Amino acid sequence: MNKEKHDLIIIGGGPAGIAAAISANKAGIKDILIIERDNILGGILNQCIHNGFGLHRFKEELTGPEYAGRYVELLKETKVKVLSNTMVTSLNAKKEITAINSKGVNHLLGKAIILAMGCRERSRGAISIPGDRVAGVITAGAAQRYCNIDGYLVGKKVVILGSGDIGLITARRLTLEGAKVLAVVEICPYSNGLNRNIVQCLNDFDIPLYLSHTVSNIKANKNHTRVEEVIISKVDENKNIIPNTEISFKCDTLLLSVGLIPENELSIKAGIILDPRTKGALVSNNLETSVEGIFACGNVLQVHDLVDNVSLEGERAGISAANYIKEGNKKSKGIKLEVGENLLYLCPQIIKPSSVVDSTPIFFRVKKPLDNCKINIIINNEIVSSINKIKLIPSEMQSVNIRKDMLKGAKNIKIEVIKK
Amino acid sequence: MTKNLICINCPRGCNLEVDTETLTVKGNSCIKGKDYGISEVTHPKRMVTSTMPVLNSKKILVSVKTSSPINKEDIFNVIKEINKKKVSAPIKIGDILISNVCNSGINIVATSNAEEK
Ligand SMILES: Cc1cc2nc3c(=O)[nH]c(=O)nc-3n(C[C@H](O)[C@H](O)[C@H](O)COP(=O)(O)OP(=O)(O)OC[C@H]3O[C@@H](n4cnc5c(N)ncnc54)[C@H](O)[C@@H]3O)c2cc1C
Ligand code: SF4
Repeated sequence: MNKEKHDLIIIGGGPAGIAAAISANKAGIKDILIIERDNILGGILNQCIHNGFGLHRFKEELTGPEYAGRYVELLKETKVKVLSNTMVTSLNAKKEITAINSKGVNHLLGKAIILAMGCRERSRGAISIPGDRVAGVITAGAAQRYCNIDGYLVGKKVVILGSGDIGLITARRLTLEGAKVLAVVEICPYSNGLNRNIVQCLNDFDIPLYLSHTVSNIKANKNHTRVEEVIISKVDENKNIIPNTEISFKCDTLLLSVGLIPENELSIKAGIILDPRTKGALVSNNLETSVEGIFACGNVLQVHDLVDNVSLEGERAGISAANYIKEGNKKSKGIKLEVGENLLYLCPQIIKPSSVVDSTPIFFRVKKPLDNCKINIIINNEIVSSINKIKLIPSEMQSVNIRKDMLKGAKNIKIEVIKK
Repeated sequence: MTKNLICINCPRGCNLEVDTETLTVKGNSCIKGKDYGISEVTHPKRMVTSTMPVLNSKKILVSVKTSSPINKEDIFNVIKEINKKKVSAPIKIGDILISNVCNSGINIVATSNAEEK
């Protein structure tokens, strides 16, 4: 079979993929191809028309499309090729890719590959809400896309389950377009969104937030064509529904904003080992997966909350892929990181000390909100660094830097967060 | 009157109590909270982002924003003005689509590109 060959193939043209392409190009790789299934680059940013992007990267607050636009301009200055309207349908460990577009099936081969496919939203099936299966139950991100790209409103009276930033932003957006958002319902005793979004998306429009509540029933209309009523109930500390606490809302739409999952069907096909904690690939500090020459960055690796971090991770993946293409694989020993107390995950999961130049960042999230705590880096059972924090919350990704000098003679590495 | 607010300037999210007459702030842990509390009760401002239909393009909508924050009470008036307007491709990021919206001295500018069909 005839295969189109490239030095580097990047799957996905969102902020992660674009940043990876630009940095690999800077590092001297000339033959780079980005494959994107949409008709434009920018990924999910194109539908995120609100502002608040790029404060770290560009020192100003941009909207999603503006942030994407800046990177697309930078990409235009390079000779990176883009194959849009093309969906990658399979990938294997030999780095062979099958991609489909209107011209037919394409077979490609990369010396190195970067996975940058982003994430998708958890749907009703993933969280099993009781009640009728009818139209009018969709994810908040889909509603955002319909509203901001396709130009129509998904409903007039809306209940939103989940108080993460996507749910909050969508609540405001639908309100501005004339819908009535009756309630935002959150199963945790705290919101998972930024305070700024609680204030500017809910409080500004008097949208009530029900903490420690969840949807306990969905009722259809007479013809069984659409949602007519959503019933919510209070939950106890173990998230079990408390009887006789029902509140009913007459509405035509229930939006779900109940979490994001990295889009890893292709990675699984390629035999890449996933981390059950992040649901993304298991990677070492140079962002290489368990398959040599395949790297991962952005939301396909770990769900990010700041696009600035996505771009930085993309850049790191681009540099690592460039090194691999130029120098081949330098086999070296890795140390698996131990996920300590109060942590949901660590990413990367493996450190290869010989590949650390000055230091390497490790990202993590805490399991629950914690006041007055400290982040400890423990190497060979000794605390080598301890950072005080006034407050850590699950919705804000954190990071620590492990310096090369800390890694001398390291046999085991653990990161934990403990109360002071 | 006292107003209860959450400070939005850092993850601590201090609960502020602002006296709207004397403009004194309680509950803040740093100066940012005081400044925020006072500005929220005296002249709260917000960025508004939305979309506008675009003709003569493959795209249906072009995204837009206020060029700087507008008075909070004007949010819905600004949205009304945006919703009255249709634009025609080509549109480039930064193009002024409505100038001096609602006499605020602030413009509505494009935040995405729309190429001609
Ligand atoms: C609904 C939603 C709203 C969000 N809102 C915000 C926000 O307000 N602020 C914020 O900072 N972050 C937000 N995020 C997080 C946001 O996803 C990240 O900041 C960032 O966009 C992730 O970049 P990425 O490149 O990893 O993924 P994406 O932006 O998702 O890009 C992935 C790209 O890969 C393409 N792709 C996937 N699979 C294939 C395939 N098989 N073949 C070809 N192409 C493929 C997709 O079409 C897409 O263009 C949001 C995420 C979602 C899902
Ligand atoms: S008052 Fe200071 S410490 Fe408290 S939330 Fe505001 S910025 Fe943070």
